[in-house]
Amino acid sequence: MLLADEAQHFVRAPDWTWYILFYFFLAGLSGGSYVIATLFRLRGGRSDEPAARLGYYVAFLALLLCPILLTLDLGKPLRFWHMMWNTTPGDAGLTLKYWSPMSVGVWALVVFGAFATVSFVEALVRDQKIRLPLARRAVRLLDGTLGKVVITVGAVFGLFIAGYTGVLLAVSNQPVWSDTWALGGLFLASGLSGSAALLLFLLRYRPEAEASADTLIISERLYALLELALIVVFVLTLIPAGALGIAFGFPWILLWLVAFAGLAPGIGGLLTARLAVTGEGVAVPVHSGSVATSVATSRPKSVATSVAIPGLVLLGVLALRAAVIFSIQ
Amino acid sequence: MAQITPGQAYGFFTDTSVCIGCKACEVACKTWNELPANEPVFGDGYDNTGRLDAQNWRHVQFIDNVPDKSLGTGQGKAWLMMSDVCKHCQHASCMDVCPTGAIIRTEFDSVYIQPDVCNGCRNCIAACPYDVISQDEDKGVAQKCTLCYDRLQGGMEPACAKACPTESIQFGPVEELQRAARQRVTDLHEQGVPEARLYGDDSSIYGGLNAFFLLMDEPEAYHLPNKENAVRPGRNNAGGYLGALGTAVLAVLGGLIALRRRREPAAETPSGADTTSPPSPETEAGED
Ligand code: SF4
Repeated sequence: MLLADEAQHFVRAPDWTWYILFYFFLAGLSGGSYVIATLFRLRGGRSDEPAARLGYYVAFLALLLCPILLTLDLGKPLRFWHMMWNTTPGDAGLTLKYWSPMSVGVWALVVFGAFATVSFVEALVRDQKIRLPLARRAVRLLDGTLGKVVITVGAVFGLFIAGYTGVLLAVSNQPVWSDTWALGGLFLASGLSGSAALLLFLLRYRPEAEASADTLIISERLYALLELALIVVFVLTLIPAGALGIAFGFPWILLWLVAFAGLAPGIGGLLTARLAVTGEGVAVPVHSGSVATSVATSRPKSVATSVAIPGLVLLGVLALRAAVIFSIQ
Repeated sequence: MAQITPGQAYGFFTDTSVCIGCKACEVACKTWNELPANEPVFGDGYDNTGRLDAQNWRHVQFIDNVPDKSLGTGQGKAWLMMSDVCKHCQHASCMDVCPTGAIIRTEFDSVYIQPDVCNGCRNCIAACPYDVISQDEDKGVAQKCTLCYDRLQGGMEPACAKACPTESIQFGPVEELQRAARQRVTDLHEQGVPEARLYGDDSSIYGGLNAFFLLMDEPEAYHLPNKENAVRPGRNNAGGYLGALGTAVLAVLGGLIALRRRREPAAETPSGADTTSPPSPETEAGED
């Protein structure tokens, strides 16, 4: 790069590697699935409720691993609670630094964890997997406005969890990471597209949620578009910093290619079918609304498209984060 | 050295123009702080320390600028030597991001990582613009120069300053050091050494460095960020969160569009009503 005002970095990489990569991945899927589930429940029809519950299941299960990964990554795993409780002698107490995304993120994880757990249990009860009378009575509290408020607030934290990891990288003095403001949005968009793909894949195991397949397909396309736009912003912000070559150099370009391959189904679908679901070039064989009831019960799906394409999208989500994390370290 | 009193800002003035590269500071630091010695490395230079890290809290940089044709003697140009150390920044990037509160400012105004509070998240390593901190493999915590916190508490100056034979490393109250440093630059300029300059003596670099330097070349030559690049990690908070917020708004809109698109054609066809009430026992179960 020949630009005069290239950012100088004389820093050491923090050695955030595999644990952090998978944490970022799962945080994106957990937060993203919660957001999609909430949209289904608040704005979808009654037929979207099974997909909404599926989303809450995914959000909780993906989140379960997150604290474990984060704890294992610490040099002193048994001191994980120091993130919340400052043990400085004479200054002990709860600690939250709003200007440190890692500190904010820990608390957001705790809060989001509570919402994800509530929604998970609620979905279990509504699916009659839990039949305790007490649980049913508790869930009945969530039937009305309170339930809507809970999932809305939960979704806000879901959006935060899916995106703040990118901000955490940016709030540093590392090349690439600190040279752009796009990473938070980029991780959020890719977390959402990955979540839509994952839910689409899981519809195989939940036929009654089949009615939501079209919505997931279209959402995935729109999130892929958003992600592509943010990759463009990412590139544009790296040029003046002279960091493009670091982020996209060999061998990282290979990971970027995988990330782009993961965008292909969504962008391709958008180009060929816009916002319509035509059955051509879509991830899962779908039915139009008018024949939903007859198809949902019987039609076998093509394994190649219903497994391979969501798999590709998810691989892309992982590769994107790997490229961002590893290229500078 | 006069008495060391808590409540006053102490630091180093490292004058690279008189550094002879003897590494007495490194040895004294390792001895006092019980840091493991380095394996001897014989590369193509005199530097077998490499860089500052968890085990090296002073590092004498040897920057080889030997020109092809000779310039005459002296002036400290051909070899730049600099005993590098934690700058104990007034606006310390490491302290900004530390989520545990392990990194504190002591009563001597130094930046100190409490080893019993640090949990090894390594966020400070990503933040420090001077490549000062690294994680101790065995202890699992981040380590760096402590400005000999224990010695200061006992009224003794830091080991490196005590050992330095040329007074390249001077320890004292920051204000006194700044005054001495400015005098030194003026003297050097008068002696015909125009390249001498101070780095970090005023607030232009991270609000002022308690451990500041007299350099014989551009800061970049010593792997120090210049004024424009001495920026704090927190600068990216607003942009990062705003970018994520914008994305979140667009993403929710996208989700709503996807939901509407799906429902529109369904509403047009009479049989579309079926989609809103599939024979799903689970859905019913939720309502009862
Ligand atoms: S030089 Fe690095 S480690 Fe030392 S106070 Fe400044 S930011 Fe922290």
